[in-house]
Amino acid sequence: MKHLILVGTSHHHAPIELREQVALARDDAQALAARLAVGGREAACLSTCNRTELYLAADDAEQAELDAVAALASLGPEVEPALYRLHDRAAAHHLFRVAAGLDSLVPGEGEILGQVRLAHELGTLGPLLDHVFRQALHAGRKVRAQTAIGESPASVSSAAAALAEQVFGSLESRSILLLGAGKVSEQAARNLRSRGAEIALVANSKTERERIDEELGRVDVVIASTNASGLVLDAATVEAALRSRRGRQMVLVDLAVPRDLDPAIAELDGCYLYDIDDLEEIVAETLSGRRREAERAETIVAAEAEKFHEWHASLDVLPAITSLRAKAEEIREAELQKADALLERLDESQRRAVEAVTAQIVNKLLHLPTVRMKQAAAAADGVLYAEAVRHLFGLGEDER
Amino acid sequence: MAELLFWPALLLYGEAAVGYFGDMRRPGRAGRAATWGVRLGWLAQTALLAVQATRDDGFPWGTWASSLSLFVWLVVSAYLIWGCRRPYRLLGLVVMPLAVALLVVARAGGGTGNGSVSRYSTLFLVVHVGLVLAAFAGFTLAAALSGLYIWQERRLRSRPATILRRQMPALATLDSLALRTVAWSVPLLTLGAAVGLARLVADDDRFDALIVVTAATWLVWCAYLGLRLLGGWAGRRAAYLALAGFVLVVVVRLALPATHFA
Repeated sequence: MKHLILVGTSHHHAPIELREQVALARDDAQALAARLAVGGREAACLSTCNRTELYLAADDAEQAELDAVAALASLGPEVEPALYRLHDRAAAHHLFRVAAGLDSLVPGEGEILGQVRLAHELGTLGPLLDHVFRQALHAGRKVRAQTAIGESPASVSSAAAALAEQVFGSLESRSILLLGAGKVSEQAARNLRSRGAEIALVANSKTERERIDEELGRVDVVIASTNASGLVLDAATVEAALRSRRGRQMVLVDLAVPRDLDPAIAELDGCYLYDIDDLEEIVAETLSGRRREAERAETIVAAEAEKFHEWHASLDVLPAITSLRAKAEEIREAELQKADALLERLDESQRRAVEAVTAQIVNKLLHLPTVRMKQAAAAADGVLYAEAVRHLFGLGEDER
Repeated sequence: MAELLFWPALLLYGEAAVGYFGDMRRPGRAGRAATWGVRLGWLAQTALLAVQATRDDGFPWGTWASSLSLFVWLVVSAYLIWGCRRPYRLLGLVVMPLAVALLVVARAGGGTGNGSVSRYSTLFLVVHVGLVLAAFAGFTLAAALSGLYIWQERRLRSRPATILRRQMPALATLDSLALRTVAWSVPLLTLGAAVGLARLVADDDRFDALIVVTAATWLVWCAYLGLRLLGGWAGRRAAYLALAGFVLVVVVRLALPATHFA
């Protein structure tokens, strides 16, 4: 039976300097997986900015592990001590946790599920790895559907977008005014754009004041992050702009320190102002909420790992079950052949009924032993059961 | 039979009210159970009204208490349109306790048992009471949406760290739903009141205090529509106006037994 082997490193075990040595581009990850998948092995490589992991399915687990360690160790001189190695159930459990975002820096982050899907697509897969990756994707989706782990924003930029959604609902066709273009404001704008909003104007120190005032009457979201030492937008200017808005709300996000937007804007009807402290507090709270949800997610993932274990263990007894069923079917057909002279007297529908009844008897007789063997396989004495069945029914003796 | 249907309706509405409270504390299972309570309770009350209608020759709402029962059914029906969606569950915190309380009052007044003979014609009742109560149910829902708007707006202004913990309808959505609900309800009230006036003139009856308050209610809701569509009103101001309009709806409902049914 093939074993599942995992060798890798992640942000828990390796600092960024080490992780960047083993981080692989898409093509390199695919090539490495293909290189390791020799002699009937299966291999897949999951490489993100936080982890590089090799998943192998092989009959010789020890050799596969050595090859995987050598492959990763060759990428950097200090990589090997930072590598972790897991087998079978533990390896599957780890992959399911990864897919569910439980092993991520930000619990429940959604990007990892796409990266696991990519590793699945680019891997050199056989039945075992295909099964475990499909189950991992299923576990990841299940966790996100049944818990709120991925619902709340995990960054300042996504918190700003989520707040805008609390005011406007869909952000489709909503317009944004960017005051200054710092890194955080760019991220916030990107987040808003990914939800359908459009940038109306990116204003900098050279932009005419009139142009900004004009846009204030039209835009729905203002994001400010300039390097100015004083206020860029005061309450009086915003109040003047509100007159032309006919009650339309405006969300203003101040990401700058010192602040760009007059705190008095928050008092204006229809204006919702958030500064960097507000957003950071929201993110801290939602992260603690994600950690609470992570406890529920762990239960789901553990149940999936148990299912995998049962399936994997059943592979041990599968040949015995297949042989038993083949033998039973062979006997059934032989007995029907013997009774051929009698059966010829029956019409077509009666013959079909006899066929169906005999097949049903065989199936019913074999159902319980099949289930019991699979159960025993999960409990680790499945091989003994399989041997007993082989012995009792003389399976494989004809070939000797 | 009516007795058998009343209790399931009341219990299921009660379960929904409690469930929505639980959902506010910890969103999830309690909210789903509450929504099923509303659905099944509504079915039970629909059956109750159907039984009453069959027994009382088509229209059993000739008394103040029985019209209250119909009013509850209309409010819950209107709520069911949006209430099943997750962000609007919180609306159930307002609507369902109100439904339970009014249903209990309706029963205490004999409105969920045997109907009484009306001194009005059945057709008149169907059109007048049906339209006015449907409009009032709409106004009640609009007021609940406006109340939710004010609550959510205050949260967004006070900027608590927990603001994104609960999935809430967006302000713009609440605002537009309230407007749409009122836009449907005002014509219903206009028609219902017109039918009542026509009857009043035909029977040469006198105006009573209730008709005056109903006219004031109609004016407030017309003003709401006018100010929103033509005056550019939106958001908080419009929400407060909707709540003022709802106060008049409550006055009309309370004054009903002392005037029309006196």
